[in-house]
Amino acid sequence: MSLTTPQGPAIASVKEINRAGDILKPRGGPNNSYRGPRWAPYIFLSPYFLLTALFFIYPLISAAVLAFYQTNGPSYRKYVGLENFRFILGDPDFHTAILNTLVFACGSVFIQLPLSLALAMMLNARSDRFKSLFRLAIFAPNLVGSVFVGILFMMLFTPRYGLFNQFLQTLVGWGLEQRWLADPSLVMPAIIICTLWMYVGFNMIYFLAALQNVDANLVEAAKIDGAGPASIFWNVTRPAITPVATFVVVTSTIGSFNLYELPFTLLQGSGPNNSGLFAVTYLYNYFNSQDLGTAAAVGWVLAGMIFAVSLIQIFLSGTTRRDR
Amino acid sequence: MNWLHALLIVLVLVAVPLFAISRKLGWNYLRVTALLCISTVMLLPFVWLVCAAFKDRTVMNEFTFVPPIKTWVGDHVRQEVDGNVTFRPARDFAVPPKPDDIIPGTMNVNNFRKLFEVQQTAQGTVTFWRYIVNSLFLTCTGTVVSLFFCSLGGYTLAKYRFRGRSVLLTFMLASLMVPGVVFMIPNWEIIWRLGWMDSYKGLLIPGAVSVFGMFLFRQAMLDIPTDLIEAGRIDGCGEFRIYFSLVMPLVRPMIGAFCLLSFLGAWNSFIGPQMYLQTQAKLTLPVVLNQYIGVYSQQYGIFLAGTLLAIIPPAILFFALQREFISGLQSGALKQ
Repeated sequence: MSLTTPQGPAIASVKEINRAGDILKPRGGPNNSYRGPRWAPYIFLSPYFLLTALFFIYPLISAAVLAFYQTNGPSYRKYVGLENFRFILGDPDFHTAILNTLVFACGSVFIQLPLSLALAMMLNARSDRFKSLFRLAIFAPNLVGSVFVGILFMMLFTPRYGLFNQFLQTLVGWGLEQRWLADPSLVMPAIIICTLWMYVGFNMIYFLAALQNVDANLVEAAKIDGAGPASIFWNVTRPAITPVATFVVVTSTIGSFNLYELPFTLLQGSGPNNSGLFAVTYLYNYFNSQDLGTAAAVGWVLAGMIFAVSLIQIFLSGTTRRDR
Repeated sequence: MNWLHALLIVLVLVAVPLFAISRKLGWNYLRVTALLCISTVMLLPFVWLVCAAFKDRTVMNEFTFVPPIKTWVGDHVRQEVDGNVTFRPARDFAVPPKPDDIIPGTMNVNNFRKLFEVQQTAQGTVTFWRYIVNSLFLTCTGTVVSLFFCSLGGYTLAKYRFRGRSVLLTFMLASLMVPGVVFMIPNWEIIWRLGWMDSYKGLLIPGAVSVFGMFLFRQAMLDIPTDLIEAGRIDGCGEFRIYFSLVMPLVRPMIGAFCLLSFLGAWNSFIGPQMYLQTQAKLTLPVVLNQYIGVYSQQYGIFLAGTLLAIIPPAILFFALQREFISGLQSGALKQ
């Protein structure tokens, strides 16, 4: 740390004086970066290159190839062309899985994220002694893994005895005998409630970080000009948090498409009438029955959907527009 | 649970006059009250978990939180009268109890005792300590290794100019978009071909470098003045030394945030260990605890006791790194 306040660097040799002269030359380049020895960046990034080649590029190609084969375990394979894709696109179970996944993704974007933002705005007020306590309480569920949360909520949703059922009964006088995990129409709300408990705190932390970007002077100025809270939110807060909000929306959509562990443990399967069948559960079922080709094809269809949805979201948010 | 109704009524009764006195005070009061209620709701499952982990197997479902205190200690006999569960002391000689009916106190540590019992497996005996050590080893090693590689990669991306950097950055951003499920099957095949099945190599090596982690560090390190690095070079630091003793101390909050995120992810990961590990003595906590809830056995009490223990390490780490975590995320992660 002594280097941060140098009283003039100790220059010892001619070589170093030359180097120092080099540094004083104006450097082009937009972002203030530094040109070290040629080899350094490549050496420093070599672990990434190696692992990416082995565990990203090769699997990507291998998955592309595998999707055209019928397999039975890793050793047997037979070329079937587009048959795998034709099969899954016509499979009603796959339609159910995609529909459930989309419903869940909408649930987490339109219910969970607004609540996270509301919580963040409630916590963000100045002069609050209990801020860190509340933050801790709301973030706490993230310390529990989704496998544990799944089984924990399986018990909380027990009809008559479960904590959640009793809580609902006390609060609104309904729900003591509801069989959340056995009634096809209640499975999805149960999963959304469960993920709400789990992830609302994490997204709240992101929004809290984003709210730091809001210029307090602008808010004051808007107040003096007579803007109401809604107007301040729309015209001052919203533009400041848009980049983070986009990031959170995209990551939580991708996360919803990757949902697997929670329904697997909460429902111990895919739920009544496949009401809890999600895209990755569907993929994993084929993986388990050694049909790797179909599983790879499902993976590709999913990847295409996620890519499309993310691009649409990023485009809609307008964060890509640099010039204005 | 009528206390809840009472609480709500009291809150409303206090809030209305306050709101009438001062609008600002009233709003603030409403805000704190709402936060208080939400925090309570968020913490209720934890309270329930702690209570349930100590409840005896026989009374698991009977009481929302805890049974009456007088039945906690000493032998009792469970009896149901009109659907209500009651207990009487086992020493009530008027009605001699059958030995099977006697409960050794409704609150005890039997769940934990059973959890730590020696298990017989095909590869010898295993205790629960073994799984704790496995999980700790895997998580700590994984976190340290990926901390090193991600920070080094992030530093390189932030502070070096080299041929192909912008192409590489675009490629990395695109690779973040590809969902993990696509790699599940081919990666399993690669691990199988490499002979890394049933060994920790298959879990540690593919996760050693994460693009997301590199981006976190890159964002934090973009703020470090280039002059500082130049000064380090003039003073004769090697490239690695600049990274290690000059740059790393300046991104301490991000190190904390990254460690916490990485630890949480590895500690709670289920799919990887479930797919790649086979020997019972090598399994990790989430996989082992999930074995207690299955088609053949549903030992909820033991599972909950294990869950309670499994929350402790991440909780300690969170308390230790809370400040760094928040400021780390605020400092760098989210700037565009």
